[in-house]
Amino acid sequence: MTITEKPVTEGPLELESGREAIAERPLGVLTRPQGGRGWRDWLSTVDHKKIGIMYGVSAMVFFVVGGVEALLIRLQLAVPNGGVLSADVYNQVFTMHGVTMVFLFIMPLAAAFANYLIPLQIGARDVAFPRLNALSYWIWLSGAIFLNSSWIVGGGGADCGWFCYSPNSGLTFSPSHGVDFYAIGLLIAGIASLVSAINLIVTCLNMRAPGMDLFRMPVLTWMLLITQFLLLFALPVITVALFLLMFDRLFDASFFNPDMGGDPLLWQHLFWIFGHPEVYIIILPAFGVVSEVIPTFSRKPIFGYTFMVFSGIAIGFMGWGVWAHHMFVSGIGPISVAAFSLSTMFIAVPTGVKVLNWMATMWGGQIRFTTAMLFAVGTVAMFTIGGLSGVTHAIAPADTQQTDTYYIVAHFHYVIFGGGVLGLIGGLYFWWPKIFGYMLNERRGKINFWLMLIGFNLTFGPMHILGLQGMSRRIDTYSAGFGFEFWNLVATVGSFIIALSVAALFHNVWKSKREAADLPPPGPDPWDARSIEWMIPSPVPEHNFDEVPTVDGLDEWWHRKYGFDDDGKVVQIATAEEAAQDGSAEGVHLPAPSFWPLVLAVGLPLIGYGLIFNLWLCVPGGLLVGMGIFAWALEPVDDPDAPHDHHDDDDHDDDGDGTHDSDDSVGDGPDELALAAAAPATPGDKQGGARS
Amino acid sequence: MTAATAAPATPGESTAHDDHGPSTGISNTKLAMWLFLGSECLLFGGLISTYLLYKTRRGPDNRAIPTDVFDIPFTSISSFVLLMSSLTMVLALSALTRGDNHGARVWLLATSMLGGVFIGGQVYEFTSFLREGVGFTNNPASSAFYALTGFHGVHVSLGIVMLMSLFVASWQGKLRPEHSETVEIVGLYWHFVDVVWIFIFTVIYLVPA
Repeated sequence: MTITEKPVTEGPLELESGREAIAERPLGVLTRPQGGRGWRDWLSTVDHKKIGIMYGVSAMVFFVVGGVEALLIRLQLAVPNGGVLSADVYNQVFTMHGVTMVFLFIMPLAAAFANYLIPLQIGARDVAFPRLNALSYWIWLSGAIFLNSSWIVGGGGADCGWFCYSPNSGLTFSPSHGVDFYAIGLLIAGIASLVSAINLIVTCLNMRAPGMDLFRMPVLTWMLLITQFLLLFALPVITVALFLLMFDRLFDASFFNPDMGGDPLLWQHLFWIFGHPEVYIIILPAFGVVSEVIPTFSRKPIFGYTFMVFSGIAIGFMGWGVWAHHMFVSGIGPISVAAFSLSTMFIAVPTGVKVLNWMATMWGGQIRFTTAMLFAVGTVAMFTIGGLSGVTHAIAPADTQQTDTYYIVAHFHYVIFGGGVLGLIGGLYFWWPKIFGYMLNERRGKINFWLMLIGFNLTFGPMHILGLQGMSRRIDTYSAGFGFEFWNLVATVGSFIIALSVAALFHNVWKSKREAADLPPPGPDPWDARSIEWMIPSPVPEHNFDEVPTVDGLDEWWHRKYGFDDDGKVVQIATAEEAAQDGSAEGVHLPAPSFWPLVLAVGLPLIGYGLIFNLWLCVPGGLLVGMGIFAWALEPVDDPDAPHDHHDDDDHDDDGDGTHDSDDSVGDGPDELALAAAAPATPGDKQGGARS
Repeated sequence: MTAATAAPATPGESTAHDDHGPSTGISNTKLAMWLFLGSECLLFGGLISTYLLYKTRRGPDNRAIPTDVFDIPFTSISSFVLLMSSLTMVLALSALTRGDNHGARVWLLATSMLGGVFIGGQVYEFTSFLREGVGFTNNPASSAFYALTGFHGVHVSLGIVMLMSLFVASWQGKLRPEHSETVEIVGLYWHFVDVVWIFIFTVIYLVPA
């Protein structure tokens, strides 16, 4: 039906989304990709599911990179006077470990979940702007590669710590190009996150299935939505800071150079105004995952859904008012310190609400301790420890003693690793069958979980003690006789157990895939879950839903399987197989793939190298970006030349009668255009709103 | 909640929206632009704060800062020109909505030319400041001034590119009344850039140091 709506006589202007589709070759350069198979398909795809998988795979690659850096740190600190790394390389390694884990592992892993699951959980066929979605991924990847390329071409990694305080970030103390790569690499990655945030917010707000009110959205989608809002408003602040840093280093400005009248505190404020919301950007997606996993394996609805959502929103708001607790020792004055102490204590309240709600959800439930559930419970427990040590930072006098010691390192690893990483890995076990169509082995999964939990606590638990004993954060070595030896060795042993557990995860993925051929397929709903992504086949067909479901309430999918008998007892009214869609819809209209996001993304690091090494390099980079934007704007959203059975038809029967109307399958090519001229337009096409 | 608020597409119109419309009743692209502008507020907020922190910092060599060399009457005129471009932007949208393609074209061109005059004024201002000894690297005050006004200038320039793209599209007959929302969205961006300039002009030029 989309086709019939296309005006025949007009040009290819595609500024307003979804209005026109005319077969012209924009700029005559790259022909429109047709979907196809193999690597070409992945390079040009705009499918939110493939983009989500690419985010996930890339994130795991950088998890390994950041993990190797972590192991190097722990090897260096295993024994006193360690000689594995020089002090200079040690600085680079711990900086790049932090930057990699935050920006190149957890954020993209959360983005993987957001991309893959938000459209499925709200009953959409794709995100609001599929091509922008591809753009986000490619820009993020180009930024990530750019950032890490400083090891090779920049004279080493950044060496100023992940928050890169001045004057350590200035040319005097960091003469290599590492910090330049840090600034520009994060700027590029920031563009990706900003575009993605806008895209996903519009998706959540505008693309919901009929009946999917905001307060029927699963908690995961809610937490991801709040995360996107945090990104939307936090990224411009770090953008300003990074631009100023770049001006300082590459164009002789003096924003952060105290010798020239600049103020290092400005960087700290700008960084942490971004940096504290960033903490919630990392943790909220994991909270969302936990909020899906625990109800499913407790066979109970989430306790206090509205409270969960509103405490998430409260965290989102209050997260903006606590940034200076990172700066208690910077001399910001007693009033500021008192105010930020109080706000920091207050933000523990909505977080505590969440923890209690998860426990209340489990209370009296029929709990199944699957791997995903173990990870979820582990997340709650470990995050609570990290949250409690966080409250000790809120008390400024205590924080003055703790700051820049290993106690801080212990705290934020409990929050970010114990909360964020455990939660997201639990999410992998939970949604793996939905995404890839086979289950991860439970026994190996539990080995993975226990190894990770034990290794994690061995690594980061002792750091509380080390920190309180006075071991400074970021020292490259220590002398014998301070009492640091034993716990450092324990932490190093623990870090290798974590490495083993990550290897166990990869092994489980590989082995389970091999075994999957001999096992029955998981079916649409292997966990007896609650939200509507489980009502479609596993793996998810390209078009997601055969027919966009009409949603009647929270936990829609569960209520399609279960009802109540006369005594008010829960009875099964349909099996998952009966209630699920079979994925058989054909000729569903999907947005056409495009190469332009990739072209645009290649241009940005070229500009980055140009800024650092030779401004002339900016010219080809800028041309690529400009060409990408214009070709993109001129490229029709729909490809009239696309294969008949692949991209050209309407998505579902609009009258919802389960049959496909005759106009659901319109052909391609000239015939179709003639038909378009003759036929009256019909309101339809779910995907019509999904154009970028 | 959602279906009721979305206008049903009339047969014959080329509104290829989904069967229940965008859930909020605001189209995807317009919502995206509003979100982007919300994000931009923080970008300019950061830059304006930076300038306010640094505006009197002359550095150790006590070199000139922008407030020493401001030419308020000149900048007032170019600010007025930019403000007037918001009026022509509205006229362009109104003409297109009425189906007056020629009028839309004229007003789009006028808007981008007024923007061009503003940018020309900024280039003149920067060069004359430079001649009077206020360079980007003088001291934190000048760096912050050029960073802030420069970022704003880049935003205006991108707006001009968008307006000229619309103008060319209109010239080729591809911009018709049903595309008025595109013009409206570009207009949103343009008005935002104007409003930001009102803040910058007031805070930087008019409020005494």
